[in-house]
Amino acid sequence: MGNIVHFENVGLRYGTGPETLSDVSFTLATGGFYFLTGASGAGKTSLLKLLYLAQRPTRGAVRLFGEDAGSLPRARLPGFRRRIGVVFQDFRLLPQLSAYDNVALPLRVAGVRESEIEAPVMEMLAWVGLSARVTAKPPTLSGGEQQRIAIARAVIARPEILVADEPTGNVDPDMADRLLHLFEALNRLGTTIVVATHDLHLIGRIPHAQLMRVEKGKLVDPSGLLRHPPGGA
Amino acid sequence: MNGFRHRAAIDLRLLGEGQRGWVMAGIMGIMLFLTVLAGALGLGVARSAIGLDRQLAGQLTVQLVEPDAGLRDVRAKALVAAVAKVPGVTRVREADRAELAALLKPWLGDVGLDPELPMPVLIDVTATEGSTAQVSAAARRVAPQARVDSSARWLSPVRGLLGALGLVAIGLVLVIAAATAGVALLVARAGLDTHRDTIDVLHMLGSTDLQVARLLQRRIARDTLLGGAIGTLAALALVALFQTKLALTGSEVLGGATLAPVDWTLLLLLPIGFALLATVATRLTVLHTLGRKL
Repeated sequence: MGNIVHFENVGLRYGTGPETLSDVSFTLATGGFYFLTGASGAGKTSLLKLLYLAQRPTRGAVRLFGEDAGSLPRARLPGFRRRIGVVFQDFRLLPQLSAYDNVALPLRVAGVRESEIEAPVMEMLAWVGLSARVTAKPPTLSGGEQQRIAIARAVIARPEILVADEPTGNVDPDMADRLLHLFEALNRLGTTIVVATHDLHLIGRIPHAQLMRVEKGKLVDPSGLLRHPPGGA
Repeated sequence: MNGFRHRAAIDLRLLGEGQRGWVMAGIMGIMLFLTVLAGALGLGVARSAIGLDRQLAGQLTVQLVEPDAGLRDVRAKALVAAVAKVPGVTRVREADRAELAALLKPWLGDVGLDPELPMPVLIDVTATEGSTAQVSAAARRVAPQARVDSSARWLSPVRGLLGALGLVAIGLVLVIAAATAGVALLVARAGLDTHRDTIDVLHMLGSTDLQVARLLQRRIARDTLLGGAIGTLAALALVALFQTKLALTGSEVLGGATLAPVDWTLLLLLPIGFALLATVATRLTVLHTLGRKL
């Protein structure tokens, strides 16, 4: 199994402030399942932003899909981003679009024909238990429903990496279980999953998942499952 | 086709409906109203100038001043005969005395009819362009004191005025077009600002800058077309009213300013041209602005 992500001595700084991430090095194997934990403000979201290409590192090397993501020309970013599904902590659903259109958005962005969109979108909405809310707009949905729409949007295009920031923070335990099963199903199909969470129960439900912990901008490896520093690119 | 329309409708919904669209449409309505008026002025002036050029081309007047009435009549006849033989001359006619007297009546009263008054002989000549020198030569051979005037020379100030008006109209259209591009640029920047969250999400989902640009292009093109169509129709109604008034003046120069069907078509196409201009300005602005981000 090859590596899909490789960070080497990565540092991230916003503007002229202190480094939010320092000397972060790790490797994610293709098809792996990873949890990212750490206290609020430790740098989890910043690390995820580097993973889904919302930020470029200020130093060090980030390799995604075997290429140096730090020096990718802007024109190539969309192609890379389409291979990454993201569940944002604040969902970032588009309030003017229906649940259906929000979930369909990645397919439309990718240029999938309208006739080929309906079936997968309806299937995905059924999977997250929102078939009855197809036409509802996000402001009329509960927090949990919005989160499920956000997850459906992130996975609809079958990404190679799924990055989720606190994906079960607003759902009940049953729905959290269902979503985790969805992530596992995707993982079995070969998608690499990275979930940032505080929820220790969630971590315990996926025994084969590896754990990464961020503390004060640095990556620590309490489980010893993740090789640190990386074992190879 | 349905899929395309559906996709276009979703694209427009992505940015939501706001009051800014109506403001843009209103501004474009005013821009197009002014542009169509300026364009109609330019086209009308051009038509008038072409008509004047056609009318005056080859129109010459041979003038002979001879105090001796007998000699004057003999030379006039000889002049008519000599000029008529010049190649390219299609018509030669001596203005009769009664005609001249009528022309001079406002200044001289009935004195113009006095046979003792040494009135000049005026001979109207119509010739093909470029025959003026030959007509002059032929006239001077018969009467060295004869003077040949081109009608175009007398009306050159009018022709100059028409040319200047035409240039002013072209300048106005260009200035308004530049202002339209400027408005599109500002609206595109404001749009990027207003819809920053949506655009960020689209980028994270893998949208290209071109896809984002298309969203704003469609919105601005729609507003330009909508406002522009209203402004254009209002201006065309005004132009049609002026055209009716011009026709009633009976003036050959002003009547020449009547717009031809092709002119009306050109004016009707202006909103489309402006929508294209606004689209290009939007596209360039969005691509340039987004290109400076991550």
